[in-house]
Amino acid sequence: MAAIKARAQDRTAGTGMTYPELTRQTRNAGEHLHHFHGGLRLRHNKKISCTRPVERPPLPECLVVPLQQHAGGPAEAVVKAGDAVLKGDVLGINVEQRSARIHAPTSGTVQGIENRPMAHPSGLVGPCVIISPDGRDQWSSLDTLPDWKSMDPQTLSDRIRETGVVGLGGAVFPTAEKASGGRVANVHTLIINGAECEPYISCDEMLMREHPDRIIRGSCILRHACGAEKIVIAIEDQMGAVQRAFETALEASGAENVSLVKIPSIYPEGGERQLIQVLTGQEVPLGSLPADIGLVCQNVATAAAVADAVLEGHPLIERYVTVTGEGIREPRNLLALIGTPVAHLVTQCGGYTEAATRMVVGGPMMGYALASDQEPIVKASNCILVMTEDQVTPPQDEMPCIRCGECARVCPAQLLPQELHREIRNNLWSEAEADRLHACIECGCCDFVCPSQIPLVDWFRYGKDELRQQALDQQAADLARVRFEARERRLERIKQQKRERIKLRKQALSNRSEQQKKVAAAVERASNRKSGMTEQGSEE
Amino acid sequence: MSARRFSTGPAPHLPAPLTVAGVMRQVLYALLPGIAAHAWFFGPGILVQILLASAFALGFEAAMLKLRGKPLAKFLGDYSALVTAVLFALCIPPLAPWWISLIAMLFAIVLAKHLYGGLGHNVFNPAMVGYVVVLISFPAVMTQWLPPRGIAEVSPGLQQTLVAIFSGTLPAPLSWDAISQATPLDTLKTGIEAGRMVPEIRVAPIFGDFGGLGWEWIANWYLLGGLYLLYRRVISWQVPLAVIGSVLVLSLPAYLFDPANNPVPLQHIFSGALILGAFFIATDPVSGCTSARGRLLFGAGVGVITLVIRRWGGYPDGIAFGVLLMNMAAPLIDRYTRPRVYGT
Repeated sequence: MAAIKARAQDRTAGTGMTYPELTRQTRNAGEHLHHFHGGLRLRHNKKISCTRPVERPPLPECLVVPLQQHAGGPAEAVVKAGDAVLKGDVLGINVEQRSARIHAPTSGTVQGIENRPMAHPSGLVGPCVIISPDGRDQWSSLDTLPDWKSMDPQTLSDRIRETGVVGLGGAVFPTAEKASGGRVANVHTLIINGAECEPYISCDEMLMREHPDRIIRGSCILRHACGAEKIVIAIEDQMGAVQRAFETALEASGAENVSLVKIPSIYPEGGERQLIQVLTGQEVPLGSLPADIGLVCQNVATAAAVADAVLEGHPLIERYVTVTGEGIREPRNLLALIGTPVAHLVTQCGGYTEAATRMVVGGPMMGYALASDQEPIVKASNCILVMTEDQVTPPQDEMPCIRCGECARVCPAQLLPQELHREIRNNLWSEAEADRLHACIECGCCDFVCPSQIPLVDWFRYGKDELRQQALDQQAADLARVRFEARERRLERIKQQKRERIKLRKQALSNRSEQQKKVAAAVERASNRKSGMTEQGSEE
Repeated sequence: MSARRFSTGPAPHLPAPLTVAGVMRQVLYALLPGIAAHAWFFGPGILVQILLASAFALGFEAAMLKLRGKPLAKFLGDYSALVTAVLFALCIPPLAPWWISLIAMLFAIVLAKHLYGGLGHNVFNPAMVGYVVVLISFPAVMTQWLPPRGIAEVSPGLQQTLVAIFSGTLPAPLSWDAISQATPLDTLKTGIEAGRMVPEIRVAPIFGDFGGLGWEWIANWYLLGGLYLLYRRVISWQVPLAVIGSVLVLSLPAYLFDPANNPVPLQHIFSGALILGAFFIATDPVSGCTSARGRLLFGAGVGVITLVIRRWGGYPDGIAFGVLLMNMAAPLIDRYTRPRVYGT
């Protein structure tokens, strides 16, 4: 977790409150509901994948486990070709704090470590551990921590870190890091995010319906690990079955200080900052983290994974994946092993329909298109969405911006996308920075409503990269200038010293010549006197 | 298992709900009731003017697109030139000669639109640039309005309308003196300047219940179209509200303190081009303000300028000048009305 930026005396620009004041304000999270700016009411399309029960597909012929599935750098492989691994064995260890471990999803043999496409928007290849399953699916020895309540939070954090749990809501930030950061910042509330606001995706909804007890247990463990006092579980108001499941499970669990809050379904309400605004009425200051105002957000699936990690000793090797869309014959949710090729899951769902033309990982608003169905499921893959031609063909070519302002009306970050777009297109970088381009959360609302079909989010990603690069270049240039100036000063100093030495030497020399002159004069005088004397003598 | 390949593309992967052409088409649909009312009260001249202006606008648009090396079909199909032409045609006298449209569309499409960079880049509202050019250059022609149905003694039929528009002279036995009449706003202005009282002026048969006879009904139908656009979210509510609101706020106290020299506020709103301007002209997104607060200021500016011109200026109506003047101020207003970004 990044360094905590909040300082007690700092005032946040929006509210004029200091961070401690803001932290007090957020204590009432979930008591009243508030609005966030803009957003969209989208058709849910979730029912089509919720009618069939969640199933575990048979083991695929081969599993491809990328070593980079999380924020931070890739994990370093600790296995080699030919090694036999058991289910849950470590395949890769994290070399930096912000990264995470990778584990074997089943027992079998490591075929090798190869560079493969690894479910990345730009089709990036990266090192992947290829495992051929032996079919026994045999667990490695498991270490459970049933007495977590009496344990040190740091021990829990360590367990969560060792089991490779990362945020399953999409950001894949290591959960242990987030918990430790929350402990450092002294947070009071843990928000469990069950607002699955993107259309089509229903994996969290199915998990909440089927395993609310695991989510509640995991939430309590996370609350202990991050030092919070209470838990707010946020679900959407359209999730009736989920609400009933949670109410029953909450009663059965006897967990205290846990509240369940229903929030209206408006996209992108599942976004951390929007969810916080809905629950508390406060905004997370730009450049700060929720922990700076007393809050930690975790996804429901992350909470369930934490429960598995601590109570069962299971590392994160499987997840709920929604396979859905008009391009899939039997849309449903599957409990898929990390590393399963997408094609294997599609086969479990009856295969493709005739019209299938676009494959998306994630939801239709923020997901990215896959070029091939051979790519593996990773920790971040919540949904495989297959869409049809008429759903993804733009109705017209891109047109110039007519400044209609729809984008600004729907922007949850309250930006003016039309202005940012103009500034980026015309390389007006300082203007784009002043208009807070970096506050864009890339939710795609502006893009969706744009009547000119301008790919606004693509422009904003490009603009953010450019600004980041410029900042780096500026840093490098500043550093180079500092070095250059230091070198100049050093050279000047050396020159100066040299000049002074020469001056001293000259002085010394001239002193010496003075003395020599004096000596010579004395010698002359002496010899003069001598010769005078002889002259005198000769005269005598 | 052989890999299946898919086409890729940027998110969002959902059918787009809006297109530029769709937005422009909605504007044209929303104008239909007002156009029908116009034709009912003032004869078929308006329909001929719309066809003429549209033909010239599309011709200039095509020529400029060709000159600029832009795809013809893509931009001709966006309906933006048509919207410009129709809005212009709605502002001119129904029997204005054909070359009025030609000159206006030349200035609107070639100068105001394409020389600034085409769709999305024009600083000024093209329809209003065209209108103001002909209004200033040919004041005599631009004030030859017909009396509305109900008080007109003779109203020209389609054939006479065509002859008048294309030859510039009225076919016998019609004559300009016999058929043309000052508009209600003009009558009011000259009346007040002549020192007469408003209630006294308003007895003239050209005035209706609260606006001009006929005019108020056309304005009602424009209002209906405007409400439709609001409902369909084609226009934002800030501009029309601010235009009408500012006119109300300024004219109500004036009327209450000095009813002899100031007409009822409703008269201001339902005569001239105020409703048309508030919902269809000042709401042009390209040349207007883009932030919500900016749009309120923009609309208020249009309302104030219109009222000032109506009261003290040299023209009976001022909405075109109001829009053009505020177009100039729009970038500055936008600069100072940026919304507060989340978390700042």
